Amino acid sequence: MNVGRLVGRDVARVEDAALIRGRGRFVDDIAPAGLLHTAFLRSPHAHARILRIDVAAARALPGVHAVLLLDDLRPHLTDTRLVVALPSPSYRLDLHRPVLAETEVVHVGEALAVVIAESRYRAEDALALIEVEYESLPAVADCDDALAPDAPPAHSWAASNLAAEMTVAYGDVEAVFAAAPHRFAETLHIHRGGSHSMECRGVVALHDVIEDRLTVWSSTQTPHTAKRLICDLLGMDETRLRVVTPDLGGGFGPKLIFYPEEVVVALAARLLGRPVKWIEDRQEHFVSTTQERDQTWRVELATDAEGRILGVRGDLVHDHGAWTARGVNVPQGAVAAMPLAYVVPAFRMTIRAAVTNKVPVTPVRGAGQPQGVFAMERLLDCAARELGLDRAEIRRRNLVSAEHMPYATPLKTRGGIPVTLDSGDYPRCQQMALDEIGWAGFAERQRIALAEGRHIGIGVANYVEGTGRGPFEHVSVRVEPSGRIMVATGAAAMGQSTRTMLAQIVAEQLGANMANVEVITGDTAAAPIGIGGSNSRQAVLAGSSAHVAALKVREKVLAIAGEMLEVAADDLEIEDKAVRVKGAPGLSVTLASIARAAAGQPGFMIPGGRGPGVAASEEVVIDAMAYANGTAAAEVEVDVETGAVTITRLVFSHDCGRALHPRIVDGQLMGGIAHGIGNALFEHMRFDDQAQPISTTLADYLLVTATEMPPVRILHMHSPTPLNPLGIKGVGEAGVIPIPAAIAAAVEDALSPFAAHVCRVPLSPVDVIAMIDPVPEGSA
Amino acid sequence: MKPAGFAYHDPQTVAEAVALLGRLENARLLAGGQSLMPMLAMRVAFPDHLIDLNRVEGLDGITMDQGVLRVGAMTRQRSIERSATIREACPLMTEALTHVGHLQTRNRGTIGGSLCHLDPSAELVTVAAALDATIEVAGPEGQRDVAIADFPLGFMTPALAPEEMVVAIRIPLWPREHGYSFMEFARRHGDYAIVSAATLLVLDSAGRIARASLTLGGVGAAPLRVTTAETALVGEAPTPALFRAAAACCEGIEAMEDPQAPAWYRRRLAAVLSRRALERAWARATGEAA
Amino acid sequence: MSETRCVALTVNGEHREAETPVRQHLADFLRGTLGLTGTHVGCEHGVCGACTVLVDGHAVRACLMLAVQAAGHEVTTVEGLSLADGTLHPLQQAFCDHHGLQCGFCTPGMLITLVEFLAEHPAPSEEEVRVAISGNVCRCTGYDSIVAAALAAARALRGDAA
Repeated sequence: MNVGRLVGRDVARVEDAALIRGRGRFVDDIAPAGLLHTAFLRSPHAHARILRIDVAAARALPGVHAVLLLDDLRPHLTDTRLVVALPSPSYRLDLHRPVLAETEVVHVGEALAVVIAESRYRAEDALALIEVEYESLPAVADCDDALAPDAPPAHSWAASNLAAEMTVAYGDVEAVFAAAPHRFAETLHIHRGGSHSMECRGVVALHDVIEDRLTVWSSTQTPHTAKRLICDLLGMDETRLRVVTPDLGGGFGPKLIFYPEEVVVALAARLLGRPVKWIEDRQEHFVSTTQERDQTWRVELATDAEGRILGVRGDLVHDHGAWTARGVNVPQGAVAAMPLAYVVPAFRMTIRAAVTNKVPVTPVRGAGQPQGVFAMERLLDCAARELGLDRAEIRRRNLVSAEHMPYATPLKTRGGIPVTLDSGDYPRCQQMALDEIGWAGFAERQRIALAEGRHIGIGVANYVEGTGRGPFEHVSVRVEPSGRIMVATGAAAMGQSTRTMLAQIVAEQLGANMANVEVITGDTAAAPIGIGGSNSRQAVLAGSSAHVAALKVREKVLAIAGEMLEVAADDLEIEDKAVRVKGAPGLSVTLASIARAAAGQPGFMIPGGRGPGVAASEEVVIDAMAYANGTAAAEVEVDVETGAVTITRLVFSHDCGRALHPRIVDGQLMGGIAHGIGNALFEHMRFDDQAQPISTTLADYLLVTATEMPPVRILHMHSPTPLNPLGIKGVGEAGVIPIPAAIAAAVEDALSPFAAHVCRVPLSPVDVIAMIDPVPEGSA
Repeated sequence: MKPAGFAYHDPQTVAEAVALLGRLENARLLAGGQSLMPMLAMRVAFPDHLIDLNRVEGLDGITMDQGVLRVGAMTRQRSIERSATIREACPLMTEALTHVGHLQTRNRGTIGGSLCHLDPSAELVTVAAALDATIEVAGPEGQRDVAIADFPLGFMTPALAPEEMVVAIRIPLWPREHGYSFMEFARRHGDYAIVSAATLLVLDSAGRIARASLTLGGVGAAPLRVTTAETALVGEAPTPALFRAAAACCEGIEAMEDPQAPAWYRRRLAAVLSRRALERAWARATGEAA
Repeated sequence: MSETRCVALTVNGEHREAETPVRQHLADFLRGTLGLTGTHVGCEHGVCGACTVLVDGHAVRACLMLAVQAAGHEVTTVEGLSLADGTLHPLQQAFCDHHGLQCGFCTPGMLITLVEFLAEHPAPSEEEVRVAISGNVCRCTGYDSIVAAALAAARALRGDAA
């Protein structure tokens, strides 16, 4: 089925009724009686020893209930570190960050003390009274410099700044390069910034004395992980803790991480016997929420005389930040994304993750894939230019074609799962974008513009994205005695319409009335197990589990109804809240009565022969990723006097398999595209050479607003994946992935009269002018 | 990001406000709040006393008297933006307002607040300099006038004694058929200008430039009147080559440096924007453009 | 200095009175003291626009006003946009129809800004809408759907056919 009664349609979102009225329940909207407020003392130094902390004056301030250091928390913790790293043999240092810093601080923003007071205003007053004596230590501010032999250590105890190293390789790359007729090289500096969801982070913890249970509301994309970690750290029984993700004002990756603040607030609530809240403010978000940052790629491409790829090799230095807050998945994902769209017979990329005295790096929408795509696309543009080939043609010659599918690459995911491109027609997708943007006629348009003194350019970039990272997502579906359908899932919502998506899939099978379906996401009390939101996974994994569970419930409902109505199940249909005989709607039985019948009575048999209850719980396991793809084509005009880049048109053709809700899919793409434009031209998380953040407000760090968005045209292809029953692929991150590459290529094309070479993003107007008219250092 | 504590005062008259300024130590005036409130939130400003001017009578208003425009210090930027009086008599200011912040900030932000804050990139400060405005200051001894050129004492520091406050700005108007242009380069709509250029021109009956004003914002602590360019323009027949030559006067200026925009880039922008603004002002002066 | 004052004002047409620390900003006052949590705090330095409310019909950043400054004024928040019987304001309806919200955090500020804008510009161009909301940051939608919703709402408010 392609388009059902609900699935595949632009149904109204269930989230909207509350959100549009301002009746969402975000973490800062939760205010239990007796609530206390929290502020963290954060290091102003990138690297320093803590010699002395004096909290006496802060503790004495009226309105302050507690000022806690690690020493105060230690007796109540099973470990003073957050051990959260994804498994990998690549680590060279154990960088598990502490709950609170005690002897050394290693990035600006690292927390060393916590104040709990009557109000956040008062708590900040107390912060100002805490005296800390620091001994400044040399700070590591650059990932390349960090790996130099004489580099100071970012952690004073560490022998080096090499957090991890690994090589991803297949084929005989050395032989290929030795024999190749053509070799091209690029050194690229790729910077991405923070997530800057409009809602920052937050935690509220409340100990219910009657139930003897702690509830922690946290702005987390991974509530089950948070629960496990808090239980581990506080030595709590799982039955005594509930973690809830309330409405989330955007996530984009950094909220999937488990943070020190989460365990500190939970513990504070227990110690003080009062509910405790901490809300991150925007300045804190810059220095304490994880982000992506710098990578230096030194890469080479080998081709034959026709521009066909023979091999790719190189190395990547990645700014890991001061701690391992997730793993090496960002550089690993970047390298994994690099060759995917193309047939690459031999490949070797070495990754070195460097420790720096900056906030840890973990995935931000795209999770490294924009960088891998940028590297590959820049190499192809370089090769095209040097070989005198049209940039679209060189790609056409190398794209994995539809006839190849399923295309087993020699690569494996971080979990050792083979990377097989399951479906898609990449050349057709590229052609769609090129036709729409008018690639063929552009050279002429460019010539005419140049004669008028205008510099326009065009660029194209392809991506293939692994989506639906497994292994599963829990979904349970139950028909309640009221006749309402309850769906609970380990998935967490952060604005991507998870509840609507699941309600559509379930209601499709059970009466087609979404108003009769209630979806609970992100609640460890409602779902016993779960992984949560990341890697564009929830539509695929939770959607598949919801679909299978709904089918099972449907089958049960029809079996019981069949018995109650004395009719074959095939003659029945589920409509709204009842099951009725096809063609004889008067003969029906309500979902409520079916549920009650299935609940059983002592001594009586359950009708239907399917056992008690009308429920199903599923964790459909899908280990292989479903590979989505797309092409971005961008047209720009560059003002060569000011360096301003205006994107005049953007075309995005993509394939995410079957679309569950076309308008939601477009919304995800458009949001990603805006973020990609930010990464291409605007977003720069600047630090000085002492690793001091210079971008610390939204006036310095530029987020795209409505006036920076170009006209965007989105085109769709649908190659359903065989890997899940719905044929869907993830789409949450797709929009961002090819954009920096496409825009960089377009700018370079616009500046071709100046032989400009774009090898970095983001591109500011100053960078553009520097390419046109290189200014010697320190001159007027 | 909560402010440190302060005592709050809301005087009803200028005299009360001045008296408070004279009496209180470490006091700051609160006008539109669009600049001061973030500073309080970040605790980079921590006055012991906040004197709110929003209830003071008679500090707002736009009046015209014999070719001089007078705008009260507490006049909201939105009022200036929408003022038909200003659009007709001083369209440079109206044009500059389209670059000032956003709808929400103009609803509260005031001209007096912008002038006293003296952000190097502030459009209204640049326009005031371009127009040779006079700042009316009230203090315990009464009122005095300060020429705009003398008003910036240093980086974000106005030439005001601690017990003084700005009550109005007076702008002598240019002749009816003057040409004008305000141009700025900013990263996004509504952002502070990296560099801005404000220019006014009057042509004589022979079509030569009789009077010229060229001011750069965003290059230093105070707006820069490029008097060398103005001198080069007066008496000459307007041509693209003349404007290029005038704009070239910007290449030797002192310019600020910051991580976003080095000095050489600001100088370059100054020349480009000056040239473009002069061309636009000329087109307006000859009626070829709106 | 923990000075407080009693503030009396009108919020969404209702008279409200409450004690507030003088340093508390209007957004915190509306949210914390009055319990109207529809107005959101995104940055507290006047850039993101999430906290936008109407004061005497004009869109302002509530994080840049002190609560005490609102005394005697009329404040409208997102909670005041729909009718008592729950009927949505045409802007709210248009946002829902056009997928103009995803996470919903910036939405109240967007709606309030557009309420003032459309009242003064009943037939705006797309470019004018974009300029009007350039002081409201959204990280989810990419703005296209918000602009479409605003234009649709403008048509509805003018009484045009959709």
